[in-house]
Parts: sequence; structure tokens; C-alpha cells
Amino acid sequence: MADFEIRDLRASVEGRQILKGVSLSISKGEVHAVMGPNGSGKSTLSHTLMGHPGYTVDGGVVTFKGQNVLELEPDERARLGMFLAFQYPVVVPGISMTNFLRTALNAKRGYDGKDKSKQIAPKEFRSMLKDELDVLHMDDSFLPRYINDGFSGGEKKRAEILQMAMLRPEIAILDETDSGLDIDSIKFVAEAVNRMRGPDLGVLIITHYTRILEFIKPDFVHVLVDGKFVLSGGAEIADRLEKTGYSEWVTEEEPKEVA
Amino acid sequence: MATVPKVEVGTDYKEKYGFFVPEEYVFKAKRGLNPEIVKEISWMKQEPEWMTNMRLRSLEIFRKKPMPKWGADLSVIDFENIFYYLKASDKQSKTWEDLPPDIKATYDRLGVPEAERKFLAGVSAQYESEVVYHSLQKELTAKGVIFTDTDSALRDHPDLFKEYFGTVIPPADNKFSALNTAVWSGGSFIYVPKGVRVDIPLQAYFRINAENMGQFERTLIICDEGSFVHYIEGCTAPIYTTDSLHSAVVEIIVKKNARCRYTTIQNWSTNVFNLVTKRAMAYADATMEWVDGNLGSQITMKYPSVYLMEPGAKGDVLSVAFAGKGQHQDAGGKMIHVAPNTTSTITSKSISKGGGRTSYRGHIKIYPGANNCKSFVKCDALLLDDESRSDTYPYNDVDAENVTLGHEATVSKVSDEQLFYLMSRGIPRAEAETMIVNGFIEPFTKELPLEYAVELNRLIQLEMEGSVG
Repeated sequence: MADFEIRDLRASVEGRQILKGVSLSISKGEVHAVMGPNGSGKSTLSHTLMGHPGYTVDGGVVTFKGQNVLELEPDERARLGMFLAFQYPVVVPGISMTNFLRTALNAKRGYDGKDKSKQIAPKEFRSMLKDELDVLHMDDSFLPRYINDGFSGGEKKRAEILQMAMLRPEIAILDETDSGLDIDSIKFVAEAVNRMRGPDLGVLIITHYTRILEFIKPDFVHVLVDGKFVLSGGAEIADRLEKTGYSEWVTEEEPKEVA
Repeated sequence: MATVPKVEVGTDYKEKYGFFVPEEYVFKAKRGLNPEIVKEISWMKQEPEWMTNMRLRSLEIFRKKPMPKWGADLSVIDFENIFYYLKASDKQSKTWEDLPPDIKATYDRLGVPEAERKFLAGVSAQYESEVVYHSLQKELTAKGVIFTDTDSALRDHPDLFKEYFGTVIPPADNKFSALNTAVWSGGSFIYVPKGVRVDIPLQAYFRINAENMGQFERTLIICDEGSFVHYIEGCTAPIYTTDSLHSAVVEIIVKKNARCRYTTIQNWSTNVFNLVTKRAMAYADATMEWVDGNLGSQITMKYPSVYLMEPGAKGDVLSVAFAGKGQHQDAGGKMIHVAPNTTSTITSKSISKGGGRTSYRGHIKIYPGANNCKSFVKCDALLLDDESRSDTYPYNDVDAENVTLGHEATVSKVSDEQLFYLMSRGIPRAEAETMIVNGFIEPFTKELPLEYAVELNRLIQLEMEGSVG
């Protein structure tokens, strides 16, 4: 059995069924890409996997480390080792990025406000942060700012990957991380993700376009149409989609996204 | 040739030690309010006649004025069932065991030191922080700064006192300012001479005793031309009192080019009616800043105000209110633009939880001829559940030309998206909620000295856990 197993996942939003039975096995060390046209259920997949309260699970199981993560709260899923890089990172005023990163890291380490030995030491935290900032071509000035507040599109996405780098998940879901990014930002983000690739990390990249896959080479590609996978295979599928788009499955291609 | 100083034991206590022992008179604390009690209070304090008369006049005014009906419901206050003056020794009759468990628990969780919690709980009359206070006093005296309690100020600086007392908030201003003027006791008195800047914040905390924590404090601050002072009153730990009415008056005069900041953090136990009148007069190019945090109490009505008397004056109110179950925080601010080219801002943040109610009540008045004034009001309310309530009552009277007046109000809930985002990083729900609330009041917290900011954040955390009564 793979490290992370999605079996027959069905989910709905506001009473409308979106995911109609999705199954996928991800092992650590692998990079999977889920591609699909708009409205195919890509966002529903990422949100359902992380436990967003607006999405209702109608059936299926997601197994990770022997637990059905669908029964866990989002914070429990995160502490178990899951991570979601948001397509639209949320603004939270009044909390600095530093404070946020430290709190999240301490939560991950099991610090509940009591056992101080579980807290990350300030020096370790700073040096860790500095390394990751460098990789993402970000500077310190970003740390005292409030969470995603006034960030440009590129800054938000880089901040997501910074969080991922700090939290070291075992299963990372990147939801449309390339949308709205200029080519330099895509390169920095891809470089950071590639640096984390390895036997301890499984990655699920959710994307409409093939562009990010030029920089982060997937091992497997799955095509999601109308809430179901219609095709699975190797990286060659991405090349095929690059040429033909989703016309095989949908009659009208959605208008191109403005990058 | 050496002379032996004449010592008259028992008669020069007052001059030498600043205290006195009234003889042949035993003050018995009595409930209720009448001219005899007011006279007794004044007599006990050995006040000059003008003060006794002013108290009596104020009592008359208090009796004639109707109860204000425009705000929170005050009809349950029983004025005849209140002690209007208690000596410190009378207040110590409570014991630690008498305290409600929730108050004790809060002290524990905030880590308030033993001696301090006894004081805050009214079990001890004195909190020993004298060392800090004495070294500070030395420094202040060298600069000509007066920082003392209001009763001592009346004795020791009678002329200065008389010149300003009651000039910013006359007894007839409102029913509760009349009551305070009739029965006031304790509070702080500060005078900062011309051009003197007091670098460290003056905290009532340095020299608090039971009198200062009384129900009817009276504070008077005079910032002479070009001076600066930051005064801080209160603390974040809950103040337990069996007195149900707290009605203070704070008067501040900020002269030309001077700046005064007045920071309050108050956390009364939830049986208290907290009805406070705070007002400052700001003269040419002077700046007055009220930083006002209201937690606790059953009902708070408090609207710090600034009268902008001369061109260039600036007024600022920044307030936070937290209302939990059974609490009503009716707070806001008033800016009275008397002179042209004056500016003001009011920023109000409120949080309601568990059926608590917050109201913003504000008044911007711009007098005829006070042209080219600017005023901006921003009030944000955060509701933590569906039972809680928040209202906004802004009143604007503009009688001048070329005025810029802005008003912005938002009511929001802790958003599911924010909560999901923080939780998706491994932060548990309760902690994530607390972070969002602390983030919401951050514009306020960042104006506080660090130790107060840290305590306030911890207190919000306790309130969020519902463990504070």
C-alpha cells in the first residue's frame, strides 16, 4: 500500500456533487500531477483532502499513516504531515509572518503552551528561516508583515512554499501554485520544491496548465474531468495536453487564464 | 551653636510624614448619600472649605439630574445601597477565601505574584512597589514634575489644584461627574512643567493603594507648554471588588505644543458598573491621545473626549472593548473641534462573545468657524458567535466649512477561511481563534508598553477559553 491512499473519494459543495469517485496512491518520493479543465473538481480535491468545512465528504477513504484523515480536523491532518499550498492564500491581519511561522512550527512539534522543551529555539528558528528565504529569493522585510496582507501574487505563492519548507510535510498538495506567477517566481518556487524532493516527501501538484511541470517534473500525471480521473500515466501525458488541451474530454476549452 | 529641633510628637505628623491621625472622631462607614456624609468625607480629609462647598454643590446637581437613558440600562443601580467612602482599613475585611474561584483561577493563570493578587483582590491595602516608586520620584522631583495622589495634591499644591480642578469637567457636566465631584477620593495628580519631557511612562501602579483603586477616583493632569507625559492606569489582571459602582473623572489640560498620552487597561470584576468621564482640553499644536482598553465589568460607559481649543490641536482615541456573557461595553469617543485647523481620529475595536454586547458611541462636533478641520472615525466589531451583538451610534454635528469627515464601520465574524488557513498549518482551533482575535486588536496592542501587550494577549486567550468569569 502506498503511503497516502485516496480511495473512491466523493465530495460535494452546497449539495452539488463535484468529486465522483477519485482514487489515487501517492508514495513518498513521488511527484504526482493532477490536471484538468476549470470546473473539473481540482480545487474540491485539494480542499477536501485538507478538510475545509465548506466541502462535504459523501464517501470514500483517505489513508495516511494508518488513519482515515477524512475523520480528522485540518490541524490534525497538518500535524500528521500533510500540507496544502493554497491557490488563494488568506489574509489574516495583525499577525506577523514570523509569529505565524513560529506558532505553526511549534504546533507541529507538539508544543501546546506547556512543555517548553518542545518549542523551537529562537536561534534555530532564525537560521532555518534565513536558509529558506534565500532559496526563495525573499528578504527579511517580509517577516514583520501581516499574514498575506498586501502581498503581491508572487509574494503570496512564495510565502506558501516558505511555509512548506519550514513545516517539512510528508505529503504536500500544491493547488494551482503557478497561477498568477511570473516566470521568475515560478522558477524560484520550483527550485524550492525540487530542493525538498526526496524519499521523505510525496507531492501532489494540482494545475490547469503544464507550465509549472516544465520546472517540477512529475512522475505521474492524472487527468481529472467532471470529478473523475479519465487518464493516468507518466510525464508524457503533460506533453500531450500541452498540444491538445482538454478537447478530448470537453467540447469547449475554457478561456485562457490571464497570468 | 547647635539648636535642638523642636519636636511636637503627634502634631507634626501631617507635615513630616504625610499622614495624620484624626482624633476624637471615629468614622463609621455608612451606606447611602446625603450632605452629612459628603461633609464627613471632606472633614476626614481635612479639606479646605472651597472643596467642601464644591462637594455639596455637586451633590445637589447629582440629585437634580435625571439618570441618563440614552445608553446602557442603569436603572438597577441603587444609590442608597452604596458606601461612598471607605477607609483603607475598612476595605481589608475581606479574606482571600471569600474570593470567587474564577478570579483566583485567573490570577493563577496570569501568573500574578502573591502580594499583588492580594492587593488586586482588595484583601491587602497596599501593593509594595515602593522601591521603583521612590527612585522614580527622585528623578521627577529634580525636573519639577509632580506625581502624587489627588488628595495629597490638594493639600500640598493648593493653588495649582484650585486653578484647574473641575475646569475641564464641571460638576454639572453629567450626573456621574456630579456624583464623582461630591464624593471623590484618590486618583492621580500630575503636573509637568514647561518643556519637560517625562521619558518613562508614569504608572499609577507604582504607587497604588486602596484609595487609588477606589470607586470615585479623580485624576487631574496638567501638561504645561511643550511638555510630554505618558500616564498608564490599570492592569490586565481582573480587579475584584464588591463595590458595584465605579465612577471616575479624569481631567487633562494639554497646553501649547505639549503632548499627553493616557493609557488605560481596565478589567473590573463582572459585577461592576463602570461609568467614567474622561476629557482633555488641547491647546495650540498640542496632542492628546487616549488609549483605552475595557475588559470586564457588567456595564461600561466611557467616551474619552478631546476639546480641540486652538488651531493645530490634535486628538486621538484608540479603544478596545471585550464583552463576554452578560456584559455590555458601551464605549467610544468624542471630538469637539472648537478651533479651525484641528484634527482628530477615533479608532474603536470591539469584540463580543457568548451573548455579550458592545456598542460604539461617538460624537464629532465641529463648531461654526472651526474651518479646515479633519476628523476620521473607524470602528470595527468582531462577533465570535451568533448570540453576541454589536451596534454603532455615530453622531456628527458639523457647522463649519471645508471640513473633512470620514467614518468607516465594519462588523465581522471570525472567518471560516482564516480559521481553515491557520488550522491547515497545524494550529489547533482554539489557538487559531485566539490568534485571529489578537490580530484584530493588534493596532491597539502595539501602542501598549510590551509587558501590558503580552498580558493583554494572554488575557484574551483566557477569555477565549471561557475560563474568565
